[in-house]
Amino acid sequence: MNANPQIHAEPLLQVQGVGKSFWKSDGDEVVVLDDVSLTLRRGEIVGLLGRSGSGKSTLLRLIAGLDAPTQGAVRYLGAPVAGPAAGIAMVFQGFALFPWLTVLGNVQLGLEAMRMPEAQMRKRSLEAIDLIGLDGYESAYPRELSGGMRQRVGFARALVVHPNILLMDEPFSALDVLTAETLRTDFLELWSQGELPIGSVLLVTHNIEEAVQMCDRLLIFSTHPGRVVSEIPVDLPQPRGALDPAVRALVDRVYVEMTARPRIARAGQRAEPVAAVARIDMPLEHVSTNLLSGLIEAVSAPPYEGRADLPAIAQALHMEADDLFPVAEALQTLRLAEVEGGDIRLTDAGLAFARSETDERKNLFAHQLLAHVPLAAHVRHVLDERSAHLAPKSRFLDELEDYMTEQSAEQTLRALISWGRYAEIFAYDDQRQLFSLENPA
Amino acid sequence: MSTERLPISVLRHRFFPGRWDLVAFVLVFGALAFLAHSAVGLTHPLSRLTSESISLSPWALPDYAAQTALRMLVAMVASLVFTFTYATLAAKSRRAAAVLIPLLDILQSVPILGFSFTIVFFLSLTPGRAAGAEMAAVFLVFTSQAWNMAFSFYHSLRSIPAELDEAARAFHLGPWMRFWRLEVPFAMPALIWNMMMSMSGGWFFVVAAEAISVGNTTVTLPGIGSYIARAIAARDLGAIGWAVAAMTLVILIYDQVIFRPLIASADWFRLEQEARLTPTRSWALTMMRRSRLLAFGGNAFSGLVRLGFNRGSAPQHRWRPWRAGPRGRLGDVLWFTGVAALAGFVIWRTGQYILAHVTPLQVLHVVGLGGLTLLRVLVLIALASVIWVPIGVYIGLRPRVAAAIQPVAQFLAAFPANLLFPVAVSAIVTYKLNPNIWLSPLMILGTQWYILFNVIAGASSLSSELKEVGSNFRVRGWLWWRRIALPAIFPFYLTGAITAAGGSWNASIVAEVADWGHHHLVAAGLGAYIAQATAAGSFARTVLGIVVMSVIVVTLNRVLWRPLYARAERKYRIS
Repeated sequence: MNANPQIHAEPLLQVQGVGKSFWKSDGDEVVVLDDVSLTLRRGEIVGLLGRSGSGKSTLLRLIAGLDAPTQGAVRYLGAPVAGPAAGIAMVFQGFALFPWLTVLGNVQLGLEAMRMPEAQMRKRSLEAIDLIGLDGYESAYPRELSGGMRQRVGFARALVVHPNILLMDEPFSALDVLTAETLRTDFLELWSQGELPIGSVLLVTHNIEEAVQMCDRLLIFSTHPGRVVSEIPVDLPQPRGALDPAVRALVDRVYVEMTARPRIARAGQRAEPVAAVARIDMPLEHVSTNLLSGLIEAVSAPPYEGRADLPAIAQALHMEADDLFPVAEALQTLRLAEVEGGDIRLTDAGLAFARSETDERKNLFAHQLLAHVPLAAHVRHVLDERSAHLAPKSRFLDELEDYMTEQSAEQTLRALISWGRYAEIFAYDDQRQLFSLENPA
Repeated sequence: MSTERLPISVLRHRFFPGRWDLVAFVLVFGALAFLAHSAVGLTHPLSRLTSESISLSPWALPDYAAQTALRMLVAMVASLVFTFTYATLAAKSRRAAAVLIPLLDILQSVPILGFSFTIVFFLSLTPGRAAGAEMAAVFLVFTSQAWNMAFSFYHSLRSIPAELDEAARAFHLGPWMRFWRLEVPFAMPALIWNMMMSMSGGWFFVVAAEAISVGNTTVTLPGIGSYIARAIAARDLGAIGWAVAAMTLVILIYDQVIFRPLIASADWFRLEQEARLTPTRSWALTMMRRSRLLAFGGNAFSGLVRLGFNRGSAPQHRWRPWRAGPRGRLGDVLWFTGVAALAGFVIWRTGQYILAHVTPLQVLHVVGLGGLTLLRVLVLIALASVIWVPIGVYIGLRPRVAAAIQPVAQFLAAFPANLLFPVAVSAIVTYKLNPNIWLSPLMILGTQWYILFNVIAGASSLSSELKEVGSNFRVRGWLWWRRIALPAIFPFYLTGAITAAGGSWNASIVAEVADWGHHHLVAAGLGAYIAQATAAGSFARTVLGIVVMSVIVVTLNRVLWRPLYARAERKYRIS
């Protein structure tokens, strides 16, 4: 069944109860990762899957020794990781190649740092370049290469040090679909044939299909804070075609797992009455209103008629899960749709929105926004109360920063401003950083 | 391993001298011979360095010019060493940065000739020898170059992309390897640009620093600056013409041999991953790349650098200088208290020293003089803007013209305008003009070009789509200026105006006092005050003048330029 049937018993890596927090300037703590444990054995590919903000990249950096956990421990070959360990190599999302070094220079980097003799270094680098399909490009500079070729350099640079653990941080997400597919297939082929000088692989991704295709085991992360909510073994034979029914079934299952969690958190909130100041701390992610209406229209139209399978609609709209989730979640926040069990279902308001013309839509949107986003109601309330109907942005920013990071507060306000402008419930002047009720009209 | 398996691209070539080697050979050994010749001059007794020993014959000029150029080169190397150490220290230690960066900010605002009193110190290092005077001149040039280079390098170190930093750490680069493989290359483009700006300032001050007197100490180093000083004393306009010609040549050679190749190679270090369509060309860079002789030297250097690569194995410390954990708090408190106490002490002692020699009324008088110079700077910047903005826009919108004019404008900015002062001063003397008004334009003579070439750059960067929108909707005349041209060039214009204003403050020390034979012209102002105090050897008055000027410059930066620039960045940058 498995391409690498001999998974050794001795763990390469043990992550035990790891947590990571950051301190804000005012001393408050923001928890990014909470009590995460995992074990990595020789010969397996493990996927870390989660939405953005689930801390999976942070976990990867803790394992790489690029950052220290605030709780728990990362053990590599039994010894705690303190700083980048020899034997752990990383492939980066944005390639992280040094533009002033040639392909060969980039690949040699890790060996040079080990102070390997010149001849041996060159031999090993050329072998890695050979293996990864970069023959003939040795003297090229990264800027002369296409994205796919650049990431091949990234792979060669990591392989050349013969790592026990290869960490991959969304290695294919900066590539176009076709290139990513080619690179993935090439990698899997080399891996199955046992040609890669690697012990095991830890892959961070938000692409569900990719995770199912590549990994022996998936760990699903929740967001805010990041926790492992479930573990899914993948016992399918390689190669796993994207259209294979077994693969599709598993992809569906992962969708269900990934959409299950946020739903529960929201359900608890809904029971309480809307009280403006008390609950303005809900972080908002900026999603363009064009996307919101686009998804509503797509779900309301045939063949979905108001209810759609998330993987299916993602495919139909050519969106990745990570692009689709924020949109679906924003609709859920505004009570224009409900997400459960891997499905999205429009609410009555959502269906009404789909049927309406521009002005009606704006009214409806304004109503949902004021009713279900406490921060919007709060801003509007403050503006109504003040005689000049003006309020500086900093006023709300300060309030939000009591509950969240500066960055997240900034992002939340940005989302609110964009939605508020569409709904025409207030105006905002970026030059003066001022909210107001006046519209140019 | 056999060489057949090596791809062609990495095979070592055997050494065959080519035509580029011939050029390189001539340049390298010519330079070596010249260095040896100049080094001998360092041991000459100081008594030979008088203005009488300077010959006004044009035939003496090549030698003078070469010595001036050499001083520039030494100062540039010193600035680079300073940049690499000072900025690195500031970037890697949060506590060091809290002291070093504000210090750099202050140093940058101190008028360069304010450092001339250090001459006395340098002379005392090598009693009776010319070497001390040389060091003093080089130090003055250094002070005109080092600060902005250090700032630029510091800024680059602080803005290394997170992924490249992580890659360097994940692949266990030691500090030394990290420096040469990541930090220096990444900082290169910005550093090169700042080196060019530094050079422009440097030419101005090398000329001023060669013939200088502080109190009873007068130094006249063989060079173009001394040649000019002698020509002024002799009222010899012909000799001044020769000096200008020599300087022009020196700057052109510097541009061709040093900066062209640097700019061309800077493209190499840019982070943008796209290949550039029109790379900068440079024959000297081609020579360096093709000549195996120079390649040999380059390999030797990189071999030396590589020796240190494993020094200090993988950095275990996490490089997070800006995030203090709760543990470091106490240390911080101690450190900053100490620094604040020291700074307070220095300020107190300086104030005490000045007030021991100068009455408060005089302090007020100096502040008033500062106001006069401030008025001059602002009026001149306004005048230069009115003249150069329309011209710059006109040129910038025509790519052909811009390509021809831009290098000229950059050359004019690099050219030490003080060489031309005597021409203007002789005219003022001849026509008996009011020095208070007519000496003023000299302050901006050399710096106005920054406005011009930045405006040209801004206008050239105006996208053709925006231009087409303008013509499509028939936006014309004043509306076109208000809605399209001025907003588009505004951030660029500000950069130019800030540079020009900074340069003008520095130039005021040279421009507000001028000699022509026995005629001595003075314009009332802070620059003249500092120049006279220095010449009279009055340390307290010099320091007072410098402090007042620094305070004005820093205040101006904070309350005028910085907010304006931030606003321009926010509003007008098209991203």
